[in-house]
Amino acid sequence: MNNERVPLLEMRNIKKDFFGNQVLTDINLKLNEGDVLGLCGENGAGKSTLMKILFGASDISSTGGYGGDILIDGKKVAFSSPFEAIAAGIGMVHQEFSLIPGFDATENILLNREPKKGNLVSEVFGDRLDTLDRKEMDERARKAIEIMGVSIDQHMMINSMPVGHKQFTEIARELSKDQLRILILDEPTAVLTEKEAEALLDSIRGMSERGITVIFITHRLHEILSVCNKVAVMRDGVLVKEVPAKEASVEDITHWMVGRDVKGGGTAVKSRDFSNARTILNIEKLWVDMPGETVRNVNLEVKEGEILGIGGLAGQGKLGIPNGVMGLYEAGGKVTFDGKEIPLNNPRKCLDSSFAFVSEDRRGVGLLLDESLEWNVAFPAMQIQNKFLTKYLGGLIKWRDEKAIREVTEKYIDELKIKCTSSKQNARELSGGNQQKVCLAKAFALEPRMLFVSEPTRGIDVGAKALVLDALKKFNRENGVTVVMISSELEELRQTCDRIAIVSGGKISGILPASSSVEDLGTLMLSNVI
Amino acid sequence: MKKDNKTKSSPDMRFIIQKFSVPLMFIIICAICIPLSGLSANMLINEIVTRMGRNAFLILSLLIPIMAGMGLNFGMTLGAMAAEIALIFVADWQIVGIPGMVLAAIVSVPISVLLGIFCGKILNEAKGREMITSYIMSFFVNGIYQLVVLYLMGSIIPIKHGAIKLPRGYGIRNTVSLLSMRQKLDNLLAINIGGVKIPVLTFIIIALLCLFIVWFSKTKLGQDMRAVGQDMDVARDAGINVERTRIISIVMSTVLAGFGMIIYLQNMGNIATYSAHSQIGMFCIAALLVGGASVDRATIGNVFLGVILFHTMFIVAPKAGAAITGDSMIGEYFRVFVSYAVITVALIMYETNKRRAKKTAGQQLAEAQKAEEAGAAAGTTQADNAGKEKA
Repeated sequence: MNNERVPLLEMRNIKKDFFGNQVLTDINLKLNEGDVLGLCGENGAGKSTLMKILFGASDISSTGGYGGDILIDGKKVAFSSPFEAIAAGIGMVHQEFSLIPGFDATENILLNREPKKGNLVSEVFGDRLDTLDRKEMDERARKAIEIMGVSIDQHMMINSMPVGHKQFTEIARELSKDQLRILILDEPTAVLTEKEAEALLDSIRGMSERGITVIFITHRLHEILSVCNKVAVMRDGVLVKEVPAKEASVEDITHWMVGRDVKGGGTAVKSRDFSNARTILNIEKLWVDMPGETVRNVNLEVKEGEILGIGGLAGQGKLGIPNGVMGLYEAGGKVTFDGKEIPLNNPRKCLDSSFAFVSEDRRGVGLLLDESLEWNVAFPAMQIQNKFLTKYLGGLIKWRDEKAIREVTEKYIDELKIKCTSSKQNARELSGGNQQKVCLAKAFALEPRMLFVSEPTRGIDVGAKALVLDALKKFNRENGVTVVMISSELEELRQTCDRIAIVSGGKISGILPASSSVEDLGTLMLSNVI
Repeated sequence: MKKDNKTKSSPDMRFIIQKFSVPLMFIIICAICIPLSGLSANMLINEIVTRMGRNAFLILSLLIPIMAGMGLNFGMTLGAMAAEIALIFVADWQIVGIPGMVLAAIVSVPISVLLGIFCGKILNEAKGREMITSYIMSFFVNGIYQLVVLYLMGSIIPIKHGAIKLPRGYGIRNTVSLLSMRQKLDNLLAINIGGVKIPVLTFIIIALLCLFIVWFSKTKLGQDMRAVGQDMDVARDAGINVERTRIISIVMSTVLAGFGMIIYLQNMGNIATYSAHSQIGMFCIAALLVGGASVDRATIGNVFLGVILFHTMFIVAPKAGAAITGDSMIGEYFRVFVSYAVITVALIMYETNKRRAKKTAGQQLAEAQKAEEAGAAAGTTQADNAGKEKA
């Protein structure tokens, strides 16, 4: 492309940190009119943050803004809200649908931009009482749908549409804006069938011909190669590669995405071999209806005494597995533990069978935020196993054994190095990392035989991370507890687990020993992404 | 077992029964009570027509907040109080007949608007809990209303006529007579068909309001309200001012409820100063629910079906109760009991329907899995068959 020309969009040295936690470092990017940029990277690589900055999302300005400049047509811009970005010609289609369920496609495409007709009442009371011009609405919506080159029923209600059509409706909404010049598509094909995805790729080519610049975020790498003219790969907040699509291959991109200093090692543990061990937990034909983390037909065997890692991209269903087994979301299938079948959709039964679960949602599910650490640590054990209770009158009256509770809490505070003023401090006042440790202590206090740990290191700093992972390993080794650990970070799984199962498209796409290369695991992760 | 087979063969029938279970229940109650009450058809129809004219406008005022997703809302009670204050003034100024009613309507508007804005602002702080918040708030505003009517009127706010004032010199009497306005609206243009008096003008006004609501839903504001009602976040992302839209919907509701209350009171012929508004919200909401509305969906059809069924029950239940037990109090008790029961049942059904919808999502997932397995199995056999055919 002509580099002399002023690029349509230029990003210069974009930096962003969330409270000292650097998530984007010196991003430089230039796009011309009609360019199609494929942006890829693992979860947490900073793609979404970068796009949020460009789109003026409110959570950027509310967390201290960003560093660097964004230029459109060579002029510096700074959007403080998405509406300003829209006015400047930027459109974004988010991963989650932003549609009104009871409206039809036309109404959604023109939401709050409906063409209107004036009338007598609106002369007096203002233009919000203008009547809608239905004919003109249909016409405009039809045109927008036409640009995409797909056929969707304009008068079908959103809630009776297949997902693919919903996605097209969203894109049509952006296309119906006359000022649109840059369109950001955040994983638009994730919910589409192959045929629909193909149609979408076609329409992206069409948009590019009309001079619309498209930024296309996807995990389906072959799509990038087929539709984009530029590829940008992000890793850990850095733009590691920006090349013309012609010069890239799927292998290259996968390598760039996951290939952090692989040669430098970092696989601290040698994975142990459990192939001869007895299967303690057997999951058959499990489905889980967890919004955004749907699990479909999963079969999984967990060996006694091992640490099994479950990895995969966000939204592919890895979180659904523990949440489904523990009965927190509607699930079906068969789960057998130690020869006994565990009923689903019944958290209490799971806990009674000496399962424990450290949820990824530690503030919502994991902790009693306004209670003391003592309570947090001892509560489940007290509730489920009658621990820390002294009985009077032959068990008729049960009294809390405050002394035992304090002892056990202090033991874990010591062991896990929980930073707190005392065991009486409220859980809310601790930092994220320390809250996570309390969640672990709570699960440890149950002395389970089977422990599910979901995203144990999400949002905590490096030091706490190592401590949490070591504590898990130690608990597994010393108490012989079988652990299933779910994490988005491959590196972490490789350091902690014995085997790693990768979930993709709601299914297990493969199980590899933890010593396998990051590339192999990465390929599995992207294998049948939906 | 038999029942299962039947419902399976006609899922549509089952769906209809589920959807209209509340109106169906009331049709059955009425069908049982009407013969027991011993009322003549003429008298019954007369009563229903009168009550339709009296209540329909008030119930229609509930529709707009429902459209904006604010649920069944007691904000209308505030409008009713505004109308009562306006009528007390007009009665004191001794402006009679239709001009008096029009003046009362005009006076009620600013009071309704103020109360509506207040109510809307508070409900914006309590999104998703509008029903209970507005219910409690109606008690609170009732306290202010009593302060105004019982202590301020006659002492600070000038009230001249002794017939309205309490003997102590300030405060309003328990009952304010509206004899000068009594059924003035109903009787103008009234016609009599086979002994049934039809208040044509009142019905015309109600019809105009229905037309207004239909027209309103086609305006930009109406469209915005529906969008806000279905998904506030999406509406906000699209640039709609959600808070303001919600406040407007409540203000419209209180203003319309004020007009409705004036129509209601001119039919009654007097104001029960301290109790006229106290149950009006409850009865209007119950009637709307009886008509088949739900927390998030109500139509003009629901209003009229609801008025007819609910008030038929209101008329016949005391009589039927008296006929069975010999005590008319039992029917009186029954109708209050039933209105609370209807609201409770409707709210429970709303929640179960939501849960059921959630459950079907899981079921679909299980079905899809089964279908996939079956498909895989069929695929192999099909391939086998195809192979055989070729051979």
